[in-house]
Amino acid sequence: MNSNAPSSTPAAAADLRRNSKRPRYSRFTQQELPACKPILTPKWVISAFMLVTIVFVPIGLASLFAARDVVEIVDRYDAECAPLGSRSDRVRYIQSAADKTCNRTLSVPKHMKRPIYVYYQLDNFYQNHRRYVKSRSDEQLRSPSNEDDTTPCKPEDDANGRSIVPCGLVAWSMFNDTYSFFTNNSQQLPLNKRGISWKSDRDHKFGKDVFPKNFQNGTLIGGASLNESIPLSEQEDLIVWMRTAALPTFRKLYGKIEVDLEAGDTINVIMQNNYNTYSFNGKKKLVLSTSSWLGGKNNFIGIAYIAVGGLCFLLALTFTIIYLVKPRRLGDPSYLSWNRNPGGGH
Amino acid sequence: MKRFVYVNDDDSSHELYCDNRISNRKYTLLNFLPKNLWEQFSRFMNQYFLLIACLQLWPLITPVNPASTWGPLIFIFAVSATKEAWDDYNRYLSDKKANEKQVWVVRQGSKKLIQAQEIHVGNLVWLRENDEVPCDLVLLGTSEPQGVCYVETAALDGETDLKTRNIPPACMGIDSELLHKIKARYGYRGVMECPLPDKDIRRFDANVRLFPPFLDNDVCPLSIKNTILQSCYLRNTEWACGVAVYTGNETKMGMSRGVAEPKLTAVDAMIDKLTGAIFIFQIVVVIVLGIAGNIWKDTEARKHWYVLYPEEGPWYELLIIPLRFELLCSIMIPISIKVSLDLVKSLYAKFIDWDKQMIDVETGTSANATNTAISEDLGQVEYILTDKTGTLTENKMIFKRCCIAGTFFGNENGDAVKDVELLNAINTGSADAIRFVTVMAICNTVVPIKRNYYSASGTVLYKAQSQDEEALVRAAASLHMVFVNKNSNILEINFNGSLKQYEVLEYLEFTSDRKRMSVVVRDCDKGNIMLLSKGADETILPCASAGHQTKTFSDAVDQYAQMGLRTLCLGWREVNEAEYQDWSFMFKEANSTLVDREWRVAEVCQRLEHDLDILGVAAIEDRLQDGVPETIETLRKAGINFWMLTGDKQNTAIQIALSCNFVSPEPKGQLLLVNGKTEDEVCRNLERVLLTMRITKAEPKDVAFVIDGWALEIALKHYRKAFTELAILSRTAICCRVTPSQKAQLVELLKSCDYRTLAIGDGGNDVRMIQQADIGVGISGREGLQAARAADYSIGKFKFLKRLILVHGRYSYNRTAFLSQYSFYKSLLICFIQIFFSFVSGVSGTSLFNSVSLMAYNVFYTSVPVLVSVVDKDLSEKTVMQHPQILYYCQAGRLLNPTTFAGWFGRALFHAIVVFAITIHSYAFEKSGLEEVSMVALSGCVWLQAFVVTLETNSFTILQHVAIWGNLVVFYIINWIVSAVPQSGMYTIMHRLCRQPAYWNTMFLIVAAGMGPVLALKYFRYTYKSSKINILQQAERVGGPILSLGNIEPQPRSLLDSDLAPLSISHAKNARNSVFEPLLSDSPNALRRSFGPDFFHSHSPYSRNKDM
Repeated sequence: MNSNAPSSTPAAAADLRRNSKRPRYSRFTQQELPACKPILTPKWVISAFMLVTIVFVPIGLASLFAARDVVEIVDRYDAECAPLGSRSDRVRYIQSAADKTCNRTLSVPKHMKRPIYVYYQLDNFYQNHRRYVKSRSDEQLRSPSNEDDTTPCKPEDDANGRSIVPCGLVAWSMFNDTYSFFTNNSQQLPLNKRGISWKSDRDHKFGKDVFPKNFQNGTLIGGASLNESIPLSEQEDLIVWMRTAALPTFRKLYGKIEVDLEAGDTINVIMQNNYNTYSFNGKKKLVLSTSSWLGGKNNFIGIAYIAVGGLCFLLALTFTIIYLVKPRRLGDPSYLSWNRNPGGGH
Repeated sequence: MKRFVYVNDDDSSHELYCDNRISNRKYTLLNFLPKNLWEQFSRFMNQYFLLIACLQLWPLITPVNPASTWGPLIFIFAVSATKEAWDDYNRYLSDKKANEKQVWVVRQGSKKLIQAQEIHVGNLVWLRENDEVPCDLVLLGTSEPQGVCYVETAALDGETDLKTRNIPPACMGIDSELLHKIKARYGYRGVMECPLPDKDIRRFDANVRLFPPFLDNDVCPLSIKNTILQSCYLRNTEWACGVAVYTGNETKMGMSRGVAEPKLTAVDAMIDKLTGAIFIFQIVVVIVLGIAGNIWKDTEARKHWYVLYPEEGPWYELLIIPLRFELLCSIMIPISIKVSLDLVKSLYAKFIDWDKQMIDVETGTSANATNTAISEDLGQVEYILTDKTGTLTENKMIFKRCCIAGTFFGNENGDAVKDVELLNAINTGSADAIRFVTVMAICNTVVPIKRNYYSASGTVLYKAQSQDEEALVRAAASLHMVFVNKNSNILEINFNGSLKQYEVLEYLEFTSDRKRMSVVVRDCDKGNIMLLSKGADETILPCASAGHQTKTFSDAVDQYAQMGLRTLCLGWREVNEAEYQDWSFMFKEANSTLVDREWRVAEVCQRLEHDLDILGVAAIEDRLQDGVPETIETLRKAGINFWMLTGDKQNTAIQIALSCNFVSPEPKGQLLLVNGKTEDEVCRNLERVLLTMRITKAEPKDVAFVIDGWALEIALKHYRKAFTELAILSRTAICCRVTPSQKAQLVELLKSCDYRTLAIGDGGNDVRMIQQADIGVGISGREGLQAARAADYSIGKFKFLKRLILVHGRYSYNRTAFLSQYSFYKSLLICFIQIFFSFVSGVSGTSLFNSVSLMAYNVFYTSVPVLVSVVDKDLSEKTVMQHPQILYYCQAGRLLNPTTFAGWFGRALFHAIVVFAITIHSYAFEKSGLEEVSMVALSGCVWLQAFVVTLETNSFTILQHVAIWGNLVVFYIINWIVSAVPQSGMYTIMHRLCRQPAYWNTMFLIVAAGMGPVLALKYFRYTYKSSKINILQQAERVGGPILSLGNIEPQPRSLLDSDLAPLSISHAKNARNSVFEPLLSDSPNALRRSFGPDFFHSHSPYSRNKDM
């Protein structure tokens, strides 16, 4: 019955011809495709859980070690770099024209291998807010011919009747604190600000011939201003900022320090504390970090791997014990209630 | 409230009544679009999708491109509209064919050939032999001198025997040429007063008044006996003519046709219910998030200067955030579920069409699923209502055995006609044998028809009111006693070449009370008068002459009855002339009484039917279709209740019921009769039966009730409540002498008790019940294709029903249950992630995923793998056939109900938490770019769903592997390609992610964390809380053949015997619980009363003999 034999006799053939809608026999039409039907046997399930344990725990440990090797200096400066007082005082301060220079001293706890990434971290800053995240025009950024393509940018689409380049809330609110680093003997640490953005963004998303225009000319000044003589593709801080973050806590690359730092070194940071996070109680942090094969200092993956591995081990153990203590024959027909004879002893 | 029909009115009443145009169409060319759209939008789901699609046109709130909703929506609507249009076109074509048939109608005094649709009320229609009646007619004339004609009413009521119809007495004797001249109106020469059109095919209370010169002008009453109804056939009558009284859709047939409502399966209803629940959940989410969003906006967002919220917003500002969430959450109800369900449903239907094992080898007809949308319901059937004739039986009666004067014939070879001893006895002139055969040939109301021009051998065709009589006459013919001709009262018998003539003096008709019929004949050669009787044993044997030994005959009757044969006792007596004359006078008198005529006639008959010489017992087989008892037994074991609805007589119905395992014979089974012609009688009977039912509820007894059409009508009208209770209590019922609309009413009754019903039949009389039932199955059999055309499924033989339900129905249900819940799961999963994301995005309604990803997620990534679940099988077909009880899971809706859905809901929530938590923690800080996080979360969902499908798949064919793993690969390919397009938002994202070890780490972590607990839970339930399905799965794969484990009848004699036996051990002890509980527990007494095959094995030595 496994080969097609409908046309063995002329009558059958004629019949087949008459009923041409009927397809020829195939395993698919008869729902007889060869199938593998695995079932959840104890052996199979317990070994699957053991396998997960064996694979996950080492990966978790490796991730943890990788994260431990990463040296990270985090310095929150928004509180210290503003005069003490109420929140409104600070907001008034940050909006004033006063000099906002601030000095911070960081100490290096461990040897830091270059490149050392310099990030600024903002907390409680909603780059993913719907009003915010949509308020940009990728077309305008890409090519000067789309300069007036500012519809999605509202309410920062034009100022004084002319289109803003780059338009939108994202560009308008660009981060404008600046940092410069000095060793303890007042020697400036060179900070590499090139190559901090994605090359693909510089090449394809931000035009080489698109120049900022009419930017921060409105009544409300948001964040940083842009040098109108530099094309957008070279405004790397802008490019970095325009990669909106998915979470309200995020870090963005500010630059790279291309020298090693030794343990015990102190670094003086002279910064301009310009960016207003006081009005919404956002925190600002300066982060210096090395990196590993997994990226920055993030213990989560390692811990999660070990936890999942451990959980699987526990499950495997439990199932083994249950299996040994209370074995149950698979597919015993006496478990079928219609086979169970209340009177007769099975 | 009457209509007046003027005979031969061919021009003036056109505008009064409709013409004879039959129309089954639903739409016209003009109203198609609005009507169809209106119908489609009357469904909640469609309204919902339309609302969402419209909201998406508002750019302020839409999170995604509106085309992603409009495209699929338009596609879905176009597909279902096209389907409807095509169906309606086909209906139009078949109507057109019927309407354009040519018929002879009198126009301006002469016969003209016109199209059937041009007949008007009052027209004189002429029919010739074998013509189909085009509309309801009142007979005016026939070719027969007695003014009778024969009609076949099978299409109307399913009774295959010929019926006689009479000319109203007033019209008797009108010359056929004169008929043309009855003129309407001008002289009011003939007028009929008819009731308004109704669907009662047994009643026609009208009057006719003919004016001079045509006879008297008294009012003459008309009854259904004087009519020939639409869709009957004129038989054995050269011509007949009649006045059209009802035409077009107003005929009895047209009125009872009923509009076929679109059928909705229980699964669909459940999905709708779940959709409703999800919708409410969605509304709650939207309201909560909307309020939270507005609060956050007013308290927090204004402080976040970079968001630049305006101080004053438009009036609708409060609505914006809730509406955004509504759109964000709209994917909770996936538009893809409708598409995928339609797709897989049509594939289920195709599987039925393609199934080689459901091809009837004799006729070469394959099964056909006309309705592609209701396959799941097949798996949830609780009641099967079956027609008898032609459905259970082959509709061929055959004389099989007989016992003449104590000698058994036909016991050796099972066919008395071929029994050499019987032939010898006849040829040698054994008086008993010859008398026996003579009674067989004469004692009947059969009409022989010579059809020499059809068959060279000159055999005679017989037309009989009862199939039994036909079988007897036919058998007598093969025993050389050929009933050749009937010439008014003279019967001609050809016995071994010599022609004998008998004159029929009286017919003592069969009634269901008398259960016997007799004829009084005079032998034309010898001149002596004889009484020939035949009937049921209990009415014939008591009439035996004193001292006559009847023991052998009653033994013979018992023996034959156990074999499932229908028995008739034949008797004979000579009547002397004087006795006959006296009796004849009384008989005529009784026949003309007006009060209690039936009773008086019966009494008079009794006076003649005594002192009979019992000649013998004839046993007739109404052959059951191949495999009917086994099919019924298997399906009953699967928990399906059987009701037999037949137009046939009570006795016949009970006989058949016994022989096809419908009910067990005494003492195991018990039949409770509900009879009666008056309300009181029926009421009393009903009470009695109910009482018995309630008492025997606890016993493992096979109780069935038997009800006939009259009692049923009274019961349905006056004692509906009691009857409903009876219907619920009884697993088995036999309803005899029921009309098509009663059949439909019974279906309706069961449906109103929330049972899933399947109606199966083969004739036109089953059409209404087939249309009414949740599932209609037609047998493309001998009674034509009417039922098959109206049905949702047509099969060649009753036995295929087993496969249709247990294999196709069950698989369809399982597959749809998984597919629909999975569809909700995957949309909920992505929707929960969006909701979680809204908590970290200032409750502003930002979509984490972009339009492309969202659309592709629904259309490709998650739809393709699950679609191949249409070839998934949890158990092999063989196992299901061996353990039909497993159908309980489908019947009770165990695989798709709020509980299982809650499981999927919980799984979606859990997986969403896993994906979201892991994603935002491993992609935190410097890696938290929106595009990257979005892609990581999406990949996590796609990975998880691949493993979910894997875990829920029972059998992996190559298709599953391709779909599940291929889909994962395709996911990366698609995203890789999209990532290479600079204009797209996710330019280079996938390339970057794939290079990061952290990305792959995250994926594995999501899979392990998401699937580990699910697997553990499933394993635990699979092994330690296993359902019957699980046990059978395990047994199938671990234990090899399961049937050997039962150890009752290990030897495989025939497939069915050995397969069924091991399961039936404990049946007798199972307590009966006939009230169906949808979520029955697994305990043995939750099984509805089970039905053992013991009868077949122990009580019936004959059937076993046959097997061996």
